[in-house]
Amino acid sequence: MSLALIAALPFLGAMLPGLMIRRGRNACAIAAGSVTALALLLLAGHAPTVLSGGIVQTRIDWLPALGLNATFFLDGLGLLFAGLILGIGLLIILYARFYLAKSDPMGLFFTYLLLFQGAMLGIVLSDNILLLLIFWELTSLSSFLLIGYWKHLPEGRQGARMALAVTGAGGLAMIAGMLILGNIAGSCDLTVILTQKAAIQASPHYLPALILILIGAFTKSAQFPFHFWLPHAMAAPTPVSAYLHSATMVKAGIFLMARLWPVLAGTPEWFWIVATTGLVTMVLAAAIALFKDDLKALLAFSTVSHLGLVTMLLGFGTKPAATVAVFHILNHATFKAALFMTAGIVDHAAHTRDLRRLGGLRRLMPVTFTIAALAGLSMAGIPPLNGFLSKELMLEEAAHTLWLTPWAMGLLATVGALLSVAYSFRLLAHGFLGPLRDDLPHRPHDPGPGLWLAPGFLALLVVVIGLFPMASAAWLVDAAAGAVTGEAAHVHISHWHGLQAPALWMSLAAIGGGLALLGLYPRLRGIWDALPRPEAKRLFDGLVESLAQLARTSIEGLHNGSFGRALSLAVLAIAGAALWAFLGGSHVAGDRARLPADPVTLGLGLILIGAALSVPILHRNRVVALILTGVAGLLIAPLFVLFSAPDLALTQVAVEVVTILLMLVALHFLPKDTPAESAMPRRLRDAGIAAIAGIGIGALAWMMMTRAPAFDPISTYHLAQSKPGAGGTNAVNTIIVDFRGYDTFGEIIVLGIAALVIYALSETLLKSAAVTRRLAAHPRARESGDRHPMMLVVSTRLLLPMAMLVGVYIYLRGHNMPGGGFVAGLVFAIAYLMQYMASGYDWTHARQRFDHHVLIGWGVLIAALAGVGAWAFGLPFLTSGYDYVHLWPLEEFELATAAIFDLGVFLCVLGAVLLALASLSRLALRTGEAPNTRAYDTEGAP
Amino acid sequence: MEALVALVIGTLAAVGIYLMLRLRTFPVILGLTFLSYAVNLFIFVSGRLAVNAAPIIGSGEPYADPLPQALVLTAIVISFGMTAVIMIMAVGGHLTAGHDRIDLDKGGDQ
Repeated sequence: MSLALIAALPFLGAMLPGLMIRRGRNACAIAAGSVTALALLLLAGHAPTVLSGGIVQTRIDWLPALGLNATFFLDGLGLLFAGLILGIGLLIILYARFYLAKSDPMGLFFTYLLLFQGAMLGIVLSDNILLLLIFWELTSLSSFLLIGYWKHLPEGRQGARMALAVTGAGGLAMIAGMLILGNIAGSCDLTVILTQKAAIQASPHYLPALILILIGAFTKSAQFPFHFWLPHAMAAPTPVSAYLHSATMVKAGIFLMARLWPVLAGTPEWFWIVATTGLVTMVLAAAIALFKDDLKALLAFSTVSHLGLVTMLLGFGTKPAATVAVFHILNHATFKAALFMTAGIVDHAAHTRDLRRLGGLRRLMPVTFTIAALAGLSMAGIPPLNGFLSKELMLEEAAHTLWLTPWAMGLLATVGALLSVAYSFRLLAHGFLGPLRDDLPHRPHDPGPGLWLAPGFLALLVVVIGLFPMASAAWLVDAAAGAVTGEAAHVHISHWHGLQAPALWMSLAAIGGGLALLGLYPRLRGIWDALPRPEAKRLFDGLVESLAQLARTSIEGLHNGSFGRALSLAVLAIAGAALWAFLGGSHVAGDRARLPADPVTLGLGLILIGAALSVPILHRNRVVALILTGVAGLLIAPLFVLFSAPDLALTQVAVEVVTILLMLVALHFLPKDTPAESAMPRRLRDAGIAAIAGIGIGALAWMMMTRAPAFDPISTYHLAQSKPGAGGTNAVNTIIVDFRGYDTFGEIIVLGIAALVIYALSETLLKSAAVTRRLAAHPRARESGDRHPMMLVVSTRLLLPMAMLVGVYIYLRGHNMPGGGFVAGLVFAIAYLMQYMASGYDWTHARQRFDHHVLIGWGVLIAALAGVGAWAFGLPFLTSGYDYVHLWPLEEFELATAAIFDLGVFLCVLGAVLLALASLSRLALRTGEAPNTRAYDTEGAP
Repeated sequence: MEALVALVIGTLAAVGIYLMLRLRTFPVILGLTFLSYAVNLFIFVSGRLAVNAAPIIGSGEPYADPLPQALVLTAIVISFGMTAVIMIMAVGGHLTAGHDRIDLDKGGDQ
């Protein structure tokens, strides 16, 4: 549990800073810091187990069938990374508290930071690759928020977008690669995958999986040729750069390569891809870094270069090299985070980070200079600092590695180290040494301890690890390297390897060469500036723009604002797919016994077809079209009767009446005719498309009806259990209110929502001044002499109680005979609608003692209560019960809880239908019609 | 009989699609209603055609398949709700825009 809690803590705590910001910036930072510190403490609790070689595991099953479980494990590698994420995170929170300006929303910043921290922790603690991928994507998203934190800066937004696009695209490749890997290993658990080295490397899918995973890792860790996003991400506030680009985000790719090292490394493919990419990245980025003037840009490219170094070491595929890689991850995090933070301090104090404008800061900012000097010399690899130790070990490994020729790797690694010395010295020399400039935008001075404490602590680590590597770091490196290589590691780190060690001479060459380069800097700069270089951002923007253009063109081809075009394409695509599937299979005629046709059904069917076919011809007159639609709809009801579906027939008749009434009311506000707009060719084309759809659906229905079902219908169970299980003989009703009661419950809620939407829309329309004006100018219907004819009024009033009686009857018999809540609700609704039609809206509305909304609410509530009632008996939601009651002088009758549920259905249907119709009718009030107060008109038209 | 029902379903669907391809709201909504008829019938006949076999227990075997019937019953009611929502949208569109065309004007600011 505790491991899952460590990963979850930052996510849970992410809400705190947003809330605490009201109590001030200190409270906000303390909240964020406490969350991080707590997670760090929990992590430290597991450290003894892990350092003694054990692993800690937590497993929470989520979707075991898909292999998606919340499983976490902590080994040495996880401990190193989780420690870095949380430890440096804590320092960053302290630094950011004093770095951010008063105008920056600090609550938001810490919320983003904690979200990111949680995502990173998730990556390094996940045991399940699917879970790991989710966290991986979360780091892309949360880093997007962090990099784009200063949303008013266009560079911030563009940098964030580029980082998201590159790392997100890499993440997609990674998902594919990881799924292949999981498939080969037969498990989604990393702990299992890591034991499958032989199976994975022998698989024909090893290479695709490797390449896809490496694309994910290389994009995240800014390896060549995906390195270009990282410098643009420097538009972020410095605490973000320090956090993301020293210890976390860019190390995620490295982490993954280290994590999968046991199963992926050791093959020639791995060596050539990973070692070469790392080497190229290291040398190229170091060369670019040397010629950057912006402090943060220089640090960004040096980060890319050092990440290349680690990647190269992992690429060697040997255990000593992997151990050095782990050691350098630790060292790089310490000196680079410190350097980023000092760059932020310089920026704050001098109002510029341009090396061409800085100089001589050592006198004005002694504390900052000390920190920068220690960290910078460590980056250059000067003894005895920690950067020297890992660089020396790296050179030693490179010297023994055969790449193209025996000496090429050693030479290029030395060149990389040499460039690293050069840019580190340039940073210190051009920034802090030299004469004091008097043209600085702002006269700098050292900041308060709030800003220098965090980098100062890291600089202290740089020195301590440098002086006492065995005591301060070797145990952690041992544990992490042991986890990477799969066997206990006992690293021996020392400053002196003897005169015969090649690393000594390579180191000396690097330092000497670096100093020489710095001396020649002005001349080299001239050559560099004259060199043609590809501008990555322009290439990237061009690529994005052309992709966006492609998407735009293809989408506008499908959706150009014409509904008919989209629908035609959809119909043709579906018909084409169906035809393709049909032609691809073998076809035999259906063998199910057919029903003989009788003349009545034949007649009914032909009238129905005739009515339907005349609608497209006569549809310009909308009233005629509506009547013909009603004819077709009502004629479906006898078909239902004939084919043994009395419930459907009842529902169809009732719904048809309500629908036609609704459309009649709506037609009142719409033009009565449809103008002839489309030319004959277009009509023929549409008719052709419609015919294709009709023939397709008809043929499908034919094929389905002439065959027996491929599988036994599950309704055998419903039929068998209808009486004994649900206590009703009408199997359709028992399915609705009992077997599939949950579905019905959802459906009445949807119906209620639809009615409320209609009400809300009509309310909005009534509030709009333009609509009111249009309604007032609406031509008033004067077609009828009597608005409320007496005969109609009297007959509907007589009908009302009778219709209600029928409704109650239909409701009560529903469980055993055709009927039920749906139909009863519709019958009631029609009886009421008749009153509205005959006597007018105002007259009826004034006599109505309940609100339609309330009916819907009660309906849903009663249905829910009928369901919840089952809980009282320890049964699941919506379990029904029934019993037989004998009540003198009645015969024995049945009482079922399903009837209560059906009552809810009834009320909801009644309320929804009435609300929908009434909402439409209310619009008529604005057309200038005089409200009727009398039951019927005796004097004729007003 | 199966051929007749298939013909009915095909006709209703074709009429529905043709009306939905018109340019004004009202015929499109009528078209949707026709398409609902066709789809509801289609789902209903997936229980296969049976005469004198209402699924009322005790009325004598065999029984028609009650499951498609239950599905279609609720579908009929829901399609009323859907039609009503689209209808009020059509009325609202006509009252606010002053016309009842369904397509976006090309080149307009939408």
